[in-house]
Amino acid sequence: MTLTVGQELAPKSYSINRALLKHYADASGDQNPIHQDESFAKSVGLADVIAHGMFTMALAGKYLSELAGSGSVKEFSAKFIKPVVVPAGVDVELVVSGKVLELEGGLAKIELTAMCGQVKVLGMAKGVIKLS
Amino acid sequence: MLDPDLIGRTFTGDKSVKVSQESITKFAAVIGEPNLDCAPPTFAISITLDQSQKLLQDSGLDWTRVVHGEQKFEILRPIVAGDDLLCSSTIETYRVVAGNEIVSVRSDLHSGSDLVVSTWSTLVVRA
Repeated sequence: MTLTVGQELAPKSYSINRALLKHYADASGDQNPIHQDESFAKSVGLADVIAHGMFTMALAGKYLSELAGSGSVKEFSAKFIKPVVVPAGVDVELVVSGKVLELEGGLAKIELTAMCGQVKVLGMAKGVIKLS
Repeated sequence: MLDPDLIGRTFTGDKSVKVSQESITKFAAVIGEPNLDCAPPTFAISITLDQSQKLLQDSGLDWTRVVHGEQKFEILRPIVAGDDLLCSSTIETYRVVAGNEIVSVRSDLHSGSDLVVSTWSTLVVRA
């Protein structure tokens, strides 16, 4: 894939639902009940069950690694600025897009945007990938 | 509250974590990643979050009230099945804002003498 500075990269959509949150909890070891148990989530003041920030980041990481292939991600950072609320029985769509910020020495710095509807859920999301 | 003497001190685990193909496959499956030659970029968190909490369990921080604020990875090479990773964790920065404790924990994963991945987790311990 040939990238140019300033290039906007095509968005991709990822579904998040309660079953996937359970799978992510089991795969990552993060069993915090705010990501699985609706009554617990509400008892601590949340609107509903929320996705693990790291699950959202894992999906954005997949977007990043697909640009130049598996194993190409050298750096990746993000802030968790808004929760991804996941009501029961619903597939919430996370839309990730990217923009090429810099190209140097075989590396590309990519700015990522992760949206749920109109809500930006990751802040300052950036990655560096090694171009093959 | 955090014991301030711990800021800047590095705690290294006494047991390494062996990465199985099964753990990579399981993590990859959740994000629909078909390539299983190496771990997805954020896989390290499944080791460092747990390890750092164990290494810093006597720090005075209440891990049950932690919210993840920010995350960074530096990946020197991708993690692969068979890696034996030893975690060392350091509280790099600490501040209290409106009663919330904000800590930045760096965790390094070494395979033998080689650094494989560094993670920085900014965690907010809610008041």
